[in-house]
Amino acid sequence: MSAALVEAERLRKVYALPRERLTAPAPQVVAVDGVSFTLQAGRSLAVVGESGSGKSTLARLVMALEPPTAGRILQSGRDLAALSPGELRRARADFQMVFQDPYGSLDPRRTVGWTIAEPLSALTDAGRAEQRERVAEMLAQVGLRAADAEKYPHEFSGGQRQRIAIARALITRPKLIVADEPVSALDVSVQAQVLNLMRELEARFGVTYLLISHDLAVVNYVAAEIAVMYRGRIVEQAPTRALFDRPAHPYTRALLEAVPKPEPGRTRRRRARAEPAGEIGTGCSFAPRCPFAIDRCRVEAPSLRKLETGHAAACHRAEEVIAG
Amino acid sequence: MPLLEVENLTVTLATNRGPGDAVRNVAFALDRGETLGLVGESGCGKSITALALMSLLPERARIAGSIRLDGRELTTLGEDQLCGLRGDRMAMIFQEPMTSLNPVQTIGRQVAEPLILHKGMTRAAARERALDLLDRVGLPNPAARLDQFPHQLSGGQRQRVMIAMALACDPDLLIADEPTTALDVTIQGQILDLILDLVEERGMALLLISHDLGVIAETTQRMMVMYGGSVVEAGPTAEVFARMAHPYTRGLFAARPKLGPATETPLATIAGVVPELADLPPGCPFANRCPLMIPPCNDGLPPPLPMGPDHISRCIRARELVASA
Repeated sequence: MSAALVEAERLRKVYALPRERLTAPAPQVVAVDGVSFTLQAGRSLAVVGESGSGKSTLARLVMALEPPTAGRILQSGRDLAALSPGELRRARADFQMVFQDPYGSLDPRRTVGWTIAEPLSALTDAGRAEQRERVAEMLAQVGLRAADAEKYPHEFSGGQRQRIAIARALITRPKLIVADEPVSALDVSVQAQVLNLMRELEARFGVTYLLISHDLAVVNYVAAEIAVMYRGRIVEQAPTRALFDRPAHPYTRALLEAVPKPEPGRTRRRRARAEPAGEIGTGCSFAPRCPFAIDRCRVEAPSLRKLETGHAAACHRAEEVIAG
Repeated sequence: MPLLEVENLTVTLATNRGPGDAVRNVAFALDRGETLGLVGESGCGKSITALALMSLLPERARIAGSIRLDGRELTTLGEDQLCGLRGDRMAMIFQEPMTSLNPVQTIGRQVAEPLILHKGMTRAAARERALDLLDRVGLPNPAARLDQFPHQLSGGQRQRVMIAMALACDPDLLIADEPTTALDVTIQGQILDLILDLVEERGMALLLISHDLGVIAETTQRMMVMYGGSVVEAGPTAEVFARMAHPYTRGLFAARPKLGPATETPLATIAGVVPELADLPPGCPFANRCPLMIPPCNDGLPPPLPMGPDHISRCIRARELVASA
């Protein structure tokens, strides 16, 4: 059996905060707390969670932009941390990233053609002529014209810039594209164009996505599998259909129920619930907000356990949550 | 007399391609206890409309038409008089709780500021009242939060602080510009619930700006859809969703990815891009992206056609559109 595209083993990332007192040790924030997952080629995975849940940190770890504090990442069986800088550089042609902000992530002083070709010139031995040819090919693939290579980013709209960012990510023919909120800065009408493009490219190039998003409807459209993160941990992971049909973690359920639906005559079902205080102690980090919480949840943190094929949740009462 | 009356509001901005009308002939009225939603994509004029109501437009903007709050004309008031109204009779919640709080002042001081400024409270009394307000908006452990700084709070907590500041002086009009865009859906639900509770409790008027049709559907009684600076469709929220009498409203609705069984069919898209302000055509602003476009669409801005009780659409083919589906 061939190795999985990405295998993350007990990833942990801790950041130190600025010191508050000279004598006390600097406080720390655990951004990613013991996350393991496997990403198979052709089964795009979405990571969903609120801001601060650690999903963007996870993306940066997978891209080897930062080393994990503990744990390791294997890409196609290779441990990225064990590679020499030169080897890592060559390996990067296999995994590329698309960022959230299509305005900030393109160099305003470089032509679009230069920007799209940059991964080729930085990571491979491709010559000038080949680079030009590949840029023209990529521009066509993302629905832009070959002549657009001579233009600068300010001449394009937000949706077109995100297409340019996708072309740049695709030009090395990577196996994996990590996309961090690729459409959340775009308007609804343009968002649809970019999502359609991502799906087409998946079919045409056999690229697999690791998609980071807070929007369940967006991930429903692109991903085959979904992992839900809450406060640095994966609390549920399942094939997309199973997650939507049989959510097994109360947080997933709350997320699904809270999606506002544009239907006539629908009014908010109001839940008078204040945000609880932050003290978690040793228990489940969702327990203070959880309608299913029992005493056990407040003292014993649940670990991710398998419920059915491919479906796992970190909840003591997952069976009851599925049953509704 | 309604609380807020807007007539023929036009706002002209200086863009780097020459003057452009960011808001064109917008008119609406809003009464106490009423909720009005404003939907549209970036650049459609919804935030500029809100800033015009608050008289917070950029310096080189020109404004024409009339904005009356309780019968008092706002467009001709001086800055001194406006300062007396802002934060007191009308208040605004901004889009980004991350950047719209002052990072070097404590939460307590920022919530107390309007009370000291408008109500003449002493520092001690204002601090006492700030504590009540933070408690009312559901901020956990409010007494400890008073002396904390914005960076010590999460996004949802900061948005609660913004709401507490906006509500400090019991305004008559609350304008919320994408108040939940940066938040996850569960926190979004809590914040919208809170705003609606407060609207009911205090009889405020609410203008809610959002690009999310779902948020508008669940939160507002009436709604307006803006495109290219004009209100292209307006009416009671239920009627607008039931009929969708403008091709742009339908386009927006069809383009959102939905929950539910994944399909193989691609999402419906709206061809083309939002026009730049300086390039707005003299006719229907949506014409060059519209699947129903016919030559007369370019003759001038379509007049508002009545579609039902209180429901209008600025599309000359609105009747066909509604009849077809």
